[in-house]
Parts: sequence; structure tokens; C-alpha cells
Amino acid sequence: MIDAGGRADAVTRPPAVELRGIRKKYGDLVVSNGVDLTVEPGEVHALLGENGAGKTTLMRILYGLTRPDAGEILVRGEPVSVGAPRDAIRAGIGMVTQHFSLVKPMTVTENVVLSTAGYGRVDLGAAREKLLAAAATVGLDIDPDARVGRLSVGEQQRVEILKALYHDCRVLILDEPTAVLVPQDVEALFTTIRRLTQGGLGVLFISHKLHEVLAISQRVSVLRRGRIEGSVPTAQADARMLAQLMVGRPTVGVRRSDAPIVGDADLEVAAPASVQATSGSTTAATRTAVLDVSALTVAVAGRRNVLDEVSIRVYAGEIVGVAGVAGNGQRELVDVLSGLLATTAGSVTLAGSDITGCSPRAVMAAGLGRIPEDRHASVVPELSVEDNMVLEDIDRFRRGPLLDRRRIRDHANELISRFTIKASPTDPVGTLSGGNVQKVLLARVLAREPKAIVVAQPTRGLDVGATEYVHLQLLERRGSGAAILLLSEDMEELLALSDRIVVLFEGRIVGELPAGQATPERLGLLMAGAAAA
Amino acid sequence: MIRLVQRGREPRWLVPVLAFAVLLVTYVLTAAMIRGAGANPLAVYQRYLITPLGTKTSVGEVLLVATPLMFTGLSVAIAFRAGFYNIGAEGQFLAGAVAATFVGITFKELAAPVAIPLVFAAGAAGGAAWVVVPALLRARFRIDEVVTTLLLNPVALLSVQGLLNGPWRNRKTHFPESEKIGAGYVLPHVIPNTRVHLGFAVAVAIAIVMWVVVGRTPIGLRLRAVGLAPAAARFNGVQVERTLLGAALVSGAIAGLGGASQVAGLQGQLTGEISAGFGYTGIVVATLAALSSYGVVLVAAVLADILVGAESTSRALQLPPQMGQVVTATVLLVTVSVSVLRRYRLRFALPRMRPR
Repeated sequence: MIDAGGRADAVTRPPAVELRGIRKKYGDLVVSNGVDLTVEPGEVHALLGENGAGKTTLMRILYGLTRPDAGEILVRGEPVSVGAPRDAIRAGIGMVTQHFSLVKPMTVTENVVLSTAGYGRVDLGAAREKLLAAAATVGLDIDPDARVGRLSVGEQQRVEILKALYHDCRVLILDEPTAVLVPQDVEALFTTIRRLTQGGLGVLFISHKLHEVLAISQRVSVLRRGRIEGSVPTAQADARMLAQLMVGRPTVGVRRSDAPIVGDADLEVAAPASVQATSGSTTAATRTAVLDVSALTVAVAGRRNVLDEVSIRVYAGEIVGVAGVAGNGQRELVDVLSGLLATTAGSVTLAGSDITGCSPRAVMAAGLGRIPEDRHASVVPELSVEDNMVLEDIDRFRRGPLLDRRRIRDHANELISRFTIKASPTDPVGTLSGGNVQKVLLARVLAREPKAIVVAQPTRGLDVGATEYVHLQLLERRGSGAAILLLSEDMEELLALSDRIVVLFEGRIVGELPAGQATPERLGLLMAGAAAA
Repeated sequence: MIRLVQRGREPRWLVPVLAFAVLLVTYVLTAAMIRGAGANPLAVYQRYLITPLGTKTSVGEVLLVATPLMFTGLSVAIAFRAGFYNIGAEGQFLAGAVAATFVGITFKELAAPVAIPLVFAAGAAGGAAWVVVPALLRARFRIDEVVTTLLLNPVALLSVQGLLNGPWRNRKTHFPESEKIGAGYVLPHVIPNTRVHLGFAVAVAIAIVMWVVVGRTPIGLRLRAVGLAPAAARFNGVQVERTLLGAALVSGAIAGLGGASQVAGLQGQLTGEISAGFGYTGIVVATLAALSSYGVVLVAAVLADILVGAESTSRALQLPPQMGQVVTATVLLVTVSVSVLRRYRLRFALPRMRPR
């Protein structure tokens, strides 16, 4: 345990917000076990913690979405009762969550106004101006008249940030704000945060990413199993120490305990040194691609093509990374490959068989494994772990006309132990943490030993341990000859795992770099739409 | 202050305790009304709940009354499971009754071994036909089936009345009722000395089949996936539109079977009162049963128990027959309210008000 130290400079003013002895139980599960936390005006206080550590619950309590069983919230030294988000907004608390609370058919302006509008006439014009001004000061580029439902995940997050700022909040809670941002946007966000804190705003910055926390915060607290394990000035913290606080004591039998768990360096360790040797491009002439995406085009009436002549070849034993800012065609590419979206032109070939325009079932039968960005649209939350594990492939688990319950259970138990999923076969998937849901998906896909795997944002929102685990699994598949197409907005992930990286910009492939030549700078330029480097 | 706290896991004793709580609360809420109507609440409740179960004949009456509710309840349950919100079991029930009557009065001379399968097939086809348009509109164009199925109910009812006042008007009695169906169509009784007919057995058989299919087959798993998370189901290779369409047609067919069973098993002809709102009550039955098929059988039986009890009570105690409906309605409201406690538990705490 590390005690709070070096806070003498902040005692004159009351904290912008203070949590005292917050306790919360869901049934028998204690998610907050006496949490004390303060955010001073003008500081960025980072909250670190694994999935399931209780961060989100704490945020929900602070924002009035969940009532604590015990404890109190003080704003500028005054106890307040936060029974609903309305109370939180009034008290000057703003929040940007991991899961957006936006009304998709409405425009950006309407969404922003929605939470402040009274009963009288709504002056949308004035609101639009105010929004544009706010966006400009913060350095966020957004079309106020765009329908939110049409925006990408990254763009929707910007709307959420603007929405919070629009309320003139004094404390801003950012729940993993960088999870969907590209490096340039992360830098812009950090600039924004610094600008805002100079104006006296207190920021509670929740993240998994140690280097970000070290870069942006003045103070960092580590939450584990509903308790604050330590709270230190960032200047006195280092990544290794924080990581250890986060994960706790090394656990027996879990892989991550003996793997390096720190910041930027760990991923390079995880990637085998043979990356260069097996790089596909050199031997392309002699081999045929396992996954061959050729001149794929998806047209949408009245807009530019969301995918425009996209050609990607992935060879056996190779990971091809797809870099790009959210909303440049990644989602459509995954949907086409998954059999969910029809193509306008072009073809997709998997191990020699044409799967263009095939149904999800046919695509799977051809040997494609799919791990999409939106985990909740890939599993049925109310169904059990074991049912979800066979859902892709039910017909393999039948005995006559009936489901073979015993084999389904055995299958689930095997995957649970092989992938160290913290769940029992009968738990509804909806009750699992994000990392465990991802493991269920991963297990389901890998159990079928697919020839090719399409995987998007595989570690978004996952903690260090789970991220490490997912990376190792993908590398292991690569080692056993699978062709892997990896779409990610996490630059480090792409650089660590990919043999080659292609960059998607406005639906086109604007560049391709072998792993050895890819640097964040070069990729960043391509991603930002600059001419091929 | 009372607060709701989410439950971790549902304890085993919970459902029986809640069932008792429903009875108790319903009693408390209705006792004053019954007293006001001039009867002793305890005696009334005994007659509502216990008396109908006293003799074999009255138990038979309960099962007879439960039969159409079982059909419509199962119909709604299977549709809701798939996320097809079929509010039109009433119309499908009537369409099934019309189709059954059609074969029953058109091919009058058929013998039972042919006639009985035929009358059920006609009922199923009629019910399915009544839902096919809403089902296609939903599956193909995502047009809200709640509206379309609901609006087809009065169409069915008016068609029945049109038929009975027009071409099918009974030439002997001149009442707006069809002539009697052929003798071969009349469903045999399955319990001696009661009026319980083959329709009841068919309903029970459907409940059993549905229980197996929904819970134990790949089709059932796909069906539930479609109902719970259509996008995820599609991603997993389930043909969502086809599943919806299939569930809707099966739902319509089951409601239609109910109509056929009522015509051939009880009335022997089509009348304007062939359905006493069975389709709508079916929604309630399915909801209270939490869409489980054995739940539907159970809930239908309990409702039938009260209905039969209320009828005899109104005769014996000079209580208005509407009191039975009041009690039923109260039971429904209380059950829906109390069922929240399956997922949440109550927590009593003193308010901790703080100055702002």
C-alpha cells in the first residue's frame, strides 16, 4: 500500500469533488468497498484499474446513475445528494462514458442541447453557435448538423466530450477517453485537457493505459477490487509500480503473472523476433494469399464510397494490420468480411473459395474467424456462456434433433480453462466483465481453428493482463499458420503485432508499410490523409 | 425509505414465497370491495379458488375454460420469444375458428379419422394465414408488427360477424350463428364425465413440444437469440428474417388451432361470441408465465379456476359476476408488480437527508 503523500499544495481550496467512504454491493458482489477519492481544481487525477475493479460503478455513482449503499459526495466541500444525472450536472459534474448516451437519430446540436433544454422554446441556432465556439476552443472538429447515428465511434465520442463541456462543468470525468482515439487525437485531447485544467477544471481521468496516465495526470490512484490500493503524485510514480498495484499479487496459473506488464516496452517483448523473416511481401510471388480482398467497393447512395477499391492480401502465418482513424471504412470492411454487408464491387476469396456476398454462416464454414469491434453485437448477453460459445456453430452440437447439452457443457468447460475465462458455463454473458466477454469471443473463434481471422479493436477497454493475453493468442495463431487481418486504432498494438500495416483513409488503402519501416509518425501522417510517405 | 437492490442470484424459495405474496396482496386489495358488495371475502375466495377444484366435474370445467387460454398463451409466448410482438392472437384465433367452421359445414359427411385432423389443419392454416402479412411486412420491411397484428383483430371480428349475418346465417334458427359442423368433426372427450375435449390434449401436447423445442433444440436456441439480440444472432449466422417469419407463422397457427378447438370441441358451430377475448388474455397469460410453456399451462389453469369459481359464486352468493373479473385483474396487476422482486430485493433504510 502506498499512502497519499505530497498534497500540501492543495489544501487551501476545498477539492472540486470528493468521495467519502463509498460502498456499493450488487447482490453478493462488492464493487465499491469504502472508496475515498478527491479531485482538486485544476488537476488531472488519474484512476487506474483493471476491468471489474469497480471504476465504472464509481463513476456511475458520482454521476447519479447508481446509488451507493453508503458514503457521501462533496462538491467544493459541500455534501450534495446526487440522485440523478440532473443533480450531477447542476453540481458541475460532467462525464464522458465508455458507452455513449446519445440519441442517434438526432443531430449533434440537438444531442448537446437535449440535456440542458428547459420547457420553453429551444434556440437551436444559438446553441449551434455556442457548440461551434466550444468545439473551437477545445480543438475538436465536428459537424454540428450531422446525425449522430451516422458518425463513427470516434466522432461520437467527440460529441460526448463536447456535451459535457457545454454544461460548464467544474469536474470532468473521462472514462477511458482515449480508447477510441488515434495518436494525433490523443495528443489533441491531452492539449484540451491541459487547457481546461488551467482554467480550474478538475479532471478525473480513467484509463488502463499507464503511459497516458503518466503523461497527463498530476496524481494517480489505483483501484482494485473496489478499493483504492494506492494514491500517489504522478511525479513519484513509475509504470512498473502502478502495474503491480493494478494487478495485485501475481496469481498462480495465469499467464500474465510471468509476462511483462509495463507500458510501451512490453508489447515488443511479446512480438517474436521472427517478424521480419516471415514478412509476407517478400514471398508473395510464390505463395497464394489465404485471405484475398480484391478491389472491394461499397457504395452508399449520395455519399462517397465507404470502401473504395480496397485490396488486401493476407498470407498464411502473417498478421496484416489495418491502421486508420475511426470512421474511414474499418467497420464496413469487417462487416463485408463477416458476411453482414453486401458489396457493390470487388471480391473476397478465402483459401481459394470465393466468399463475396456470402452469409455469415457460409463465411464461417469457409474457415473465417470473426472478432468484431462491437462485442455486444456479437454475443447474446442474456444467454449463457456455454450457449454463446456454440451459437456460431450450433449444428455441430446436436444429437438427433436435440442439443447435446453434455457436449456443449464440456466444450464450454474446456474453453473456459484453456482461455482462463473467469465465468461458469451457465453465467449469462451479460454479467461478465469486458475482458472476459472478449475471451469468450476469442475462445469461440479460435476453437474452430480458422484459416483466417478478422479481428477489430481486440483489446479496446481491456486491462493490461487481458490485452497481453489476447495478443499472445493472436501471435500463437499466426505461428500456427493462420492469416490474420487486424484492425486497430491502438498504434502500439499494430506496431507490435503486424508483419505489414496498411492504412485506410476515407475508404481507400492509402499506404502499406512493412513492419520494419512503420513508425507512429509515418502511420500517423498516412492516417491523417497526407500523401503516401 | 424502501429501495430496490439488484439480486445476485435468485434463491430457490423465492418463487413460492412470491406466489403466496401475490395471493395475500390481492386478498387485501379486494377484500373491502367484496365486503362492500355484501359478501364475506374469505368465503368468496374459497369459492373462487378452492371450490372449483372440489369435484371432478368442476375440475373438468376449469380445464375446459383453460383450453383456449392455453392455445393463445402458447401462441403469444412463442412469438414473443422470437421478438415478434404478436398482439393479434385474437384475430388469428377467429380466423382459425372460421377456417375450421368452413371445412366443418362444407364437407359435412367426413368421418372422424379424416375430419378431426382436417379441422385442426384448417384452424392452423387459418391462423397462420391471418399473421402472414404482418410477418412478411416485419421480416422484409421492418414494419412494426404490434400495430399490424393488432389492427387485424377487429378485421377478423367484423369478418366473423359479416359471415354470420350474411352467407353463414343459420337457416333454421335465423340467429347470426353458423349451422352445426358435421358429426365427424366433433372432438371426443378425453376425460370421462367431463366436457374436457381433445383440444385440451392438443394444447398440452403443444406445450410439451414447445418446451422441448425452445429449451433443447438448435432451433430453440436460434429463436431465443433472435428474440434477445437480433444483431448478435445475425452475426452468428442465424437467419433472423426466416426465424421471425417461422415463429410468427407457428404463433398464428397455434392461435388458429385454439379457434378450431373451440368450434369443434365446445360450440359445434361458429358464433359471434366464439372468443371471449382469448387472444388478449393470451398476452397476459404468456407474460405472467414469463414466456415459458409450462408456465402458460399453469397460469391458464389458475385464471380458469377463478373464472369458473366466479361464475358459480355469483349464482350462489348473489355477488355481481364482474367481481371475478375484478379479482382476476387484481391478480394480474399484483403479479406483474411483484415479479419485479425476482430481479430486485427490497431494502428498508432510513432516509439520510443531507442539506444541499
